[in-house]
Amino acid sequence: MAEIIQEEKGKKGGKRKAKKHGTRIDMTPMVDLMCLLITFFMLTTAFSKAKVMVITMPDKEDSKDKDKDKPQIAAFRTLNIILSEGDKVYYYVGMADPKKPPLPMLVKTNFSKDGIRKILLDKNRDLFAKIAEYRDKRVTGKIVVSDTTLDNEIKRMKKDDKKGPIVLIKADDKAKYKDIVNIIDEMAICNIASYAIVDINSVEKDMLKNAPK
Amino acid sequence: MPKIKPPVRTPHIDMTPMVDLFSVLLIFLLLTASFRPQEAAVITTPQSVSEKTAPDADLMTIFIGKDGKVFFNIDNGRDTSTHFRSKLLEKIGEQYKIKFTKAEIAKFGTMSSFGLPIKDLKTWLNTKETKDKDKLQTGIPMDSTDNQLAWWVREARLTNVGAEVAIKGDADTDYKIVKKVMDLLQDNKVNKFNLVTNLQKQEISMKDLPAATK
Repeated sequence: MAEIIQEEKGKKGGKRKAKKHGTRIDMTPMVDLMCLLITFFMLTTAFSKAKVMVITMPDKEDSKDKDKDKPQIAAFRTLNIILSEGDKVYYYVGMADPKKPPLPMLVKTNFSKDGIRKILLDKNRDLFAKIAEYRDKRVTGKIVVSDTTLDNEIKRMKKDDKKGPIVLIKADDKAKYKDIVNIIDEMAICNIASYAIVDINSVEKDMLKNAPK
Repeated sequence: MPKIKPPVRTPHIDMTPMVDLFSVLLIFLLLTASFRPQEAAVITTPQSVSEKTAPDADLMTIFIGKDGKVFFNIDNGRDTSTHFRSKLLEKIGEQYKIKFTKAEIAKFGTMSSFGLPIKDLKTWLNTKETKDKDKLQTGIPMDSTDNQLAWWVREARLTNVGAEVAIKGDADTDYKIVKKVMDLLQDNKVNKFNLVTNLQKQEISMKDLPAATK
């Protein structure tokens, strides 16, 4: 059967004159496939790269050079922030030294706009105003600088700052990772020049027990 | 006079330009694609205003899941001939007296993040079923008696000297665990961390400055 049909076809084909007009290929299936592939790639490619927040910690001190080279911090400039369970934020100014009572009082606040940010902004008024002004000038076109110059200028301003707070961030064992990220983020938002993540000490743990819930 | 009726024809659209365009798009996407690497655990990163992007190569990532499970990942490096992962596995094998076959080492080189004790690594590499594989992922142990994560970090630091360290922690992880990881990294002389976050813009200006209280 098959052979016969083939023969017939062959004969017919041979006899018939080839059509002159150009062949037209139906591209619809191809387009369909391409659409599918493109959608697939669009969905699987990671266009947006992960964003990161860079923190640099000081070198861990060796037991040898303890007490040596410890930076002296002015007590009135230090702002201690203690993070605790349930996104609670406590802060106090100065040092908590059990040898020099009374101990400072812990003040409770939160991560909202009127919470810790207000306090940080209030403390960091001068530097924040300076940086905001500089940025403003750039936006309105009064000064034209590149992004790197802007960054360097802000870095320089932060370095020269002698009035802003020195923030010590401490977290107790119940704090969550996001709290730490949030508070470092607040530092970036409020343009705090100097801050550090430090371990919570026993005095502060005791203070936390008596703190307002 | 009767109007001349044009012959009714089905309109034929020339699809060639469309196909051209699609081809270009497709080729572009194919060439630029960097596939989302498969991750061992679902991690919701916390949000921040940081706009810095993570380096796409020479990066050592430590994943910390919600349940405190720790996973580790290192890439093969910017230069494809370096094969950092394979080298790392060989070194770790030496350290723990486990002999990995060539095929296992090669397979490890093509994979991504993992989080399991070293003794299970061989089984994990030879398991085909994804479900069974996931069952083995119990997190890298980091107790003081057998701190395997420290060994991974140390050997990875020696293998790829220029690698940066990223920490991708879940927002709800206890800070305790993150701190433990950070301490461990600092013990290995890593003092700069990249905390992976989600971008969430927040703008504040002079208006937000609270009124002076004096």
